[in-house]
Amino acid sequence: MREDLQHAVKLARIELTPEEEARLGSQLGDILKYIDKLNELDVKGVEPTAHAVPLTNVLREDQPGKSLSHEAAMRNAPQTANGLFIVPKIVE
Amino acid sequence: MPHTLTISQLTDKLAQGELTSREATQACLDRIAAVDGQLNAFLSHDPEDALAQADAADAARAAGEIKPLLGVPIAMKDVIAVNGHPLNCASKILGDFNSPYDATVTQKLCEAGAVIFGRVNMDEFAMGSSTENSAFGPSRNPWDTGRIPGGSSGGSAVAVVADECIASIGSDTGGSIRQPAALCGCVGLKPTYGRVSRYGLVAFASSLDQIGPLTKDVRDAAIMLGVIAGEDQRDSTNVPEPVPDYTAALTGDIKGLKIGLPKEYQVDGLDPEVKAATDAAVAELEKQGAEVKEISLPHTEYAIATYYIIATAAASANLARFEGVRYGARVDGASPEQMNRATRGAGFGEEVKRRIILGTYVLSSGYYDAYYLRAQKARTLIRQDFLNAFKEVDLIASPTTPTPAFKIGEKSGDPLQMYLSDIFTISCNLAGLCGISVPCGFSKEGLPLGLQLLGKPFGEPNLLRAAHAYEQATDWHTKRPQLA
Repeated sequence: MREDLQHAVKLARIELTPEEEARLGSQLGDILKYIDKLNELDVKGVEPTAHAVPLTNVLREDQPGKSLSHEAAMRNAPQTANGLFIVPKIVE
Repeated sequence: MPHTLTISQLTDKLAQGELTSREATQACLDRIAAVDGQLNAFLSHDPEDALAQADAADAARAAGEIKPLLGVPIAMKDVIAVNGHPLNCASKILGDFNSPYDATVTQKLCEAGAVIFGRVNMDEFAMGSSTENSAFGPSRNPWDTGRIPGGSSGGSAVAVVADECIASIGSDTGGSIRQPAALCGCVGLKPTYGRVSRYGLVAFASSLDQIGPLTKDVRDAAIMLGVIAGEDQRDSTNVPEPVPDYTAALTGDIKGLKIGLPKEYQVDGLDPEVKAATDAAVAELEKQGAEVKEISLPHTEYAIATYYIIATAAASANLARFEGVRYGARVDGASPEQMNRATRGAGFGEEVKRRIILGTYVLSSGYYDAYYLRAQKARTLIRQDFLNAFKEVDLIASPTTPTPAFKIGEKSGDPLQMYLSDIFTISCNLAGLCGISVPCGFSKEGLPLGLQLLGKPFGEPNLLRAAHAYEQATDWHTKRPQLA
């Protein structure tokens, strides 16, 4: 895999097997070559579109309402204790 | 054979007391037991829960309640939350996730009286065009079980065409409702961006995703859209347009409706049988009084590249939440970062990894302007093409897919070829339009073909009117595969 793609893999936090790395490296190389097609396009002065529908901020009154219980919000977590998510040790 | 009925046929029979929801629901469950072993449309279903909902619907009807979907069994794509039911997005990474709340669409269907039963298969996280990317094995095309049903809402299309449910819900980010509908031979409607709330839909590409129905005919699509559309305070991208009675648009009268044929859609690789079927469908619309003219969408050739930059960039951000901490499966590691890497490496399938890496790449420092920003500008040009075209025409017609359903495994080793098969469907999402696929014939090998119509933002009434008028003149939508 190309070095710049390896960097993206690192940023994306995805562990790849050596076989996956070889296969994805070559497929992503082909895909990047294809999307380079966009370089043909003259986009000078064109505004970018983030959303196809023009959006404005939607505001409402800040009133308390019903929401998920603590228990329901945490019931799918792989590891919890005392109402908190447990993760591997961060600092020694 | 209650499971073979459309929504409107079933609700008529329920209203007249000829049939109960329990009988209809049981018929669907029996059908699943009989045919789903060879199709793999359903990832899970809960017969007891389904029959309890059906009994409740029958009791409500006996008490005089009238609701648009009262007692109608509907299957749900495995990407939409149903409180108390599993939700996997056809991925291993969600483990034994069980939804703690209902999506707005789920809630609206429940309020309309639907029996929501069963989660149907899909490409993992809705990424794919064949349902081969499901971690639970591919679904199979009911017309030829050696072929793909399309995707990503493949299970939704199979379940409808194989009469395992009355109608289903799918989601469409680049064609994921319309393409499987075309390849399996049912109706698939992608509403305008902002028409249907995305609350409770697991996000793939937030500026492109939209929920919509797959149904046995156009009237059913109109009924379903009327139920699921509308404003929702929990989705800030929802557009507060009033919801009309979409069935009122099904007048059969399309005289004077202007239909555009994009000259750029005569692409290499367009199957001659697909082209002939689409041409014949357009001729039928013309015969009924529509005015047909050629139009131009000059930036068509950049649509796929634009889409695969924008959609993967969004996916790389949206799927960052699957890190082994708050929900789903976890693979242990010595540090949080190692745990994240191991969890994501083991939990995501290969297409999802490919797209997250590509999306991370195009957003990363040094490449953002060259790829992501440039794609957003290309999106402006693509959208402008459509807005210009819609000054001249009311609808745009094309094939839904360039070829009929391909064989399982045929394209799975070549993702770029798979992406290129999305050519006719992805611009609709980039431009925020509405689109529908309706059955328009069969190939010589007996595989269904689809006609796609695209409409202006919030132009669903005209879209449904034309699709319905076409359907009235043909019987493609009534054909069903022979399953052993």
